[in-house]
Amino acid sequence: MNGPIRRVAVVAMLMFALLLANGTYIVLFRQGPLDAMPQNRRVRDAEFSQNRGSILAAGKTEIATTVPSKDRFAYQRNYPSGSLYAPVTGYFSYDHASTGLENTYNTQLAGTADSLFVRRLIDLATNRTPQGASVQTTIVPKVQEAAATALGRQKGAVVALNPKTGAVLALVTSPGYDPNTVAGHDVEKADKAYDSLAADSSRPLSNRAAREIYPPGSTFKLVTAAAALADGKTPDSKVKAPDRLRLPGTSTYLPNEGSCGGTTITMEQALKVSCNTAFANLGLGVGEARLREQAQLFGFDARHLSDLGGVASQFPDSLDDAQLALSSIGQYDVAASPLQMAMVSSAIANDGVLMDPYVVSSVQAPDLTPIETHKPRVLSTAMTPGNAEALQQMMGVVVSQGTGTNARIAGVEVGGKTGTAQSDPKRKPFAWFTSFAPLDDPEIAVAVVVEDADIPRNDIAGGRLAAPIARAVMQAGLSR
Amino acid sequence: MSSAPGPEGPPTVLPRKRRGIELVMLAFALLLGLGAYAQVDVNVTGALGPRFVPVAVGCTVGVLLTHLAVRWRLPYADPLLLPCVVVLNGLGLAMIHRIDLISEPVAHGARQQLIWTTLGVVVFLAVAVGLRDHRPLQRYPYTIGLVGVVLLLLPLVPGIGTAKFGAQIWIQVGPYSFQPAEAAKVLLAVAFASYLVEKRDVLALAGYRVLGLDLPRARDLGPILLVWLLSLAILVLQRDLGTSLLFFGLFVMMLYVATERAGWAVLGLLLFAAGAWFGYLNFGHVRVRVGAWLHPFSDFDAYYQVISAQFGYAYGGLLGTGLGLGRPGLTPLARSDFIAAAVGEELGMAGLMALIMVYGLFVARGLRTALQCREPFGKLLAAGLAFAFALQVFAIIGGVTRLLPLTGLTTPFMSQGGSSMICNWIIVGLLMVISHQVRRPVATAASYRPDLETTQVVRVA
Repeated sequence: MNGPIRRVAVVAMLMFALLLANGTYIVLFRQGPLDAMPQNRRVRDAEFSQNRGSILAAGKTEIATTVPSKDRFAYQRNYPSGSLYAPVTGYFSYDHASTGLENTYNTQLAGTADSLFVRRLIDLATNRTPQGASVQTTIVPKVQEAAATALGRQKGAVVALNPKTGAVLALVTSPGYDPNTVAGHDVEKADKAYDSLAADSSRPLSNRAAREIYPPGSTFKLVTAAAALADGKTPDSKVKAPDRLRLPGTSTYLPNEGSCGGTTITMEQALKVSCNTAFANLGLGVGEARLREQAQLFGFDARHLSDLGGVASQFPDSLDDAQLALSSIGQYDVAASPLQMAMVSSAIANDGVLMDPYVVSSVQAPDLTPIETHKPRVLSTAMTPGNAEALQQMMGVVVSQGTGTNARIAGVEVGGKTGTAQSDPKRKPFAWFTSFAPLDDPEIAVAVVVEDADIPRNDIAGGRLAAPIARAVMQAGLSR
Repeated sequence: MSSAPGPEGPPTVLPRKRRGIELVMLAFALLLGLGAYAQVDVNVTGALGPRFVPVAVGCTVGVLLTHLAVRWRLPYADPLLLPCVVVLNGLGLAMIHRIDLISEPVAHGARQQLIWTTLGVVVFLAVAVGLRDHRPLQRYPYTIGLVGVVLLLLPLVPGIGTAKFGAQIWIQVGPYSFQPAEAAKVLLAVAFASYLVEKRDVLALAGYRVLGLDLPRARDLGPILLVWLLSLAILVLQRDLGTSLLFFGLFVMMLYVATERAGWAVLGLLLFAAGAWFGYLNFGHVRVRVGAWLHPFSDFDAYYQVISAQFGYAYGGLLGTGLGLGRPGLTPLARSDFIAAAVGEELGMAGLMALIMVYGLFVARGLRTALQCREPFGKLLAAGLAFAFALQVFAIIGGVTRLLPLTGLTTPFMSQGGSSMICNWIIVGLLMVISHQVRRPVATAASYRPDLETTQVVRVA
């Protein structure tokens, strides 16, 4: 019987070998994905009770901190300014994961990132409580506060950029929410708070500044103007500006909102009064391909600010002439995020050079030594310096004499462009304003959108609503 | 083994007793178990618990008693079986104690388990001192088999049988519940061994040869079909995959060893496959287990237990969180069926693998005893007990680690539960008795030729 017993022994050996092999497989291949699963309470609880690093605004203002706690988790995430910085920090909740920088920089904040491995070993050896790295943002509290105050309770968003670096100076979306309510340790209460936020029809959890796209309306005329300048036109070039333009191939007429000051006007005049027919003609003259190319040079059709999950703005495909005419004035299927329109102003202001927008300037270890540092990066050269300067002057005229007079700041030259857009005839229009200041040496570029603005559908009205907000933000951001 | 020239010329083999080795290994095993227990206390509460000293003293006395009994009555028994058991039992106790400390107020699973362990040790002592020789067990195959089958089916009797966790495998007598399948495992192993020793010639010789396989005659299929049907009955009526698999596996393996004919093993595997397929098609509880195995994340709530065990392994990683520092309490039944998950989480995959190796060592020593045994009953019994043990470890740890569909078996010597603990101590006792008989110097030295295995068969009956 020994032969069969030996074979049985081999079978038994194989069974144990399989158990061991499976154990190895778990550690090598299953561990990572399992630890990353949101349902894994062990990992989540461990992260939740960690001494998480802070998120800082410029000037070392703590916008997300961790304070010791005496309940079942050792630390509590705290957002000292309530809802003010929520669009940037996001929240860190127990049942609803995390958003914003809390999510993007989770491993660094929690101290589990690979870049912190050596520090973890030292902490282990010295028996020190491991602490996460802190994340330094580019947000300037003064600008952020001004933007939030100016926008107030209106639905909409504000984005402010430093045109020379791409640093995000302010990023506000409204209505907002207080991340403290969903980050609480009383999970039931936090869940309830989250559920009511998620169910709210005004969508307070959505980031309108970077993650929503709107029809940009007349602010898109800046892109058309840039394309026309690149095509050889100058601010003084004459453009046909009939009172109404029959859209090619259709029997529909595109009207102007008011008088454009003649039927043949200069491009500068067209931008100053936001003349629809003139820009439709400019767009038709430039052609679909060149207009799209110009839009893409400004950043359309690509995602930006991935740290906050920014979405791509759209310039539609395969247009007929009627659609091209409408697209040239920011209608039809053109859609842009407030971030995108701030990038347009920013590139024009920065002599045509578009900087990659960023919100995190550095990640610092608990002892403040930098682990990662962001270097400003050129995204594209959207315009030649000469054309950019011409467009800057045209935008200056818009603010000094045109539709954007509400953005004037005493003693500072400001360039801007108004817009009013309607996605659906039944909805109230969106009021837009995008601008930069000062004109000669820009320090800040801003885009403002106000949803469901209770205004008539014309640009002067759009400028009336959005331009003062932009002015307040620029004033806060100017060093003078 | 060492050989010394005998007085009449042919060498007499005197196996060394190696009881000293056993004592050292026992001390080491005890240290591991008590160390783990103390570590749990320190890591969870910051200080040794008030019960640590009495527990430590009690365990040391128990281990010493087993050692002394072995020294006295089974001096030639295998020296590694007992230390393996002490490691497993000790770590199991520590782990149960660890899970006790999670609940508020603290539970007393470890105290209960300690009582069961004590009873197990008492039964072991009884086997070691009282039985000494396994061969008398051979005399009553049918009686023992019948008792085993009755025990197996007892939970189905209304009134005393109760269902827990969806399986009808418990009997309730007063405040105590008992899993009779564990006792049936030992009894049926004995019954199968003695029955097969008696009938093996018939089962081995008559038959047809098809495709190089010797197939049995139809009229000899009776016993295997009977056991198959019994296993199916357990699967269907008691909803217990593990026990069903274990008994059928045990019987087929013993049949194969007794007859030396691969045809039986092939037939057994085919019958097993048919039974498994039948079960999968007809029973929701089988499908749930298979579902939890193949795609646990498709239904988080239904497969929560298996998923939680996986999360535990991932959280513990290679080296574990450390005893008392993980979250094993999140997995339901972490004390019993899923104790391997708790071990993997807190001692890491490395710790769990070490534990699997200890089980492997135990099985290897059991099979070695079977190989060395010179008479068929002891051979079959030792091989059967060792293989059943291996199969059980494979099924439960494989199930918890998602190598196999989960079958609700106990993890020998570790899971909380009295019936399993006592019966496993009986198994160690039996294996030690057999190995003592095997390694004991034979009275007629001349007839003992270790190099010629085929001549070793000693007909006793």
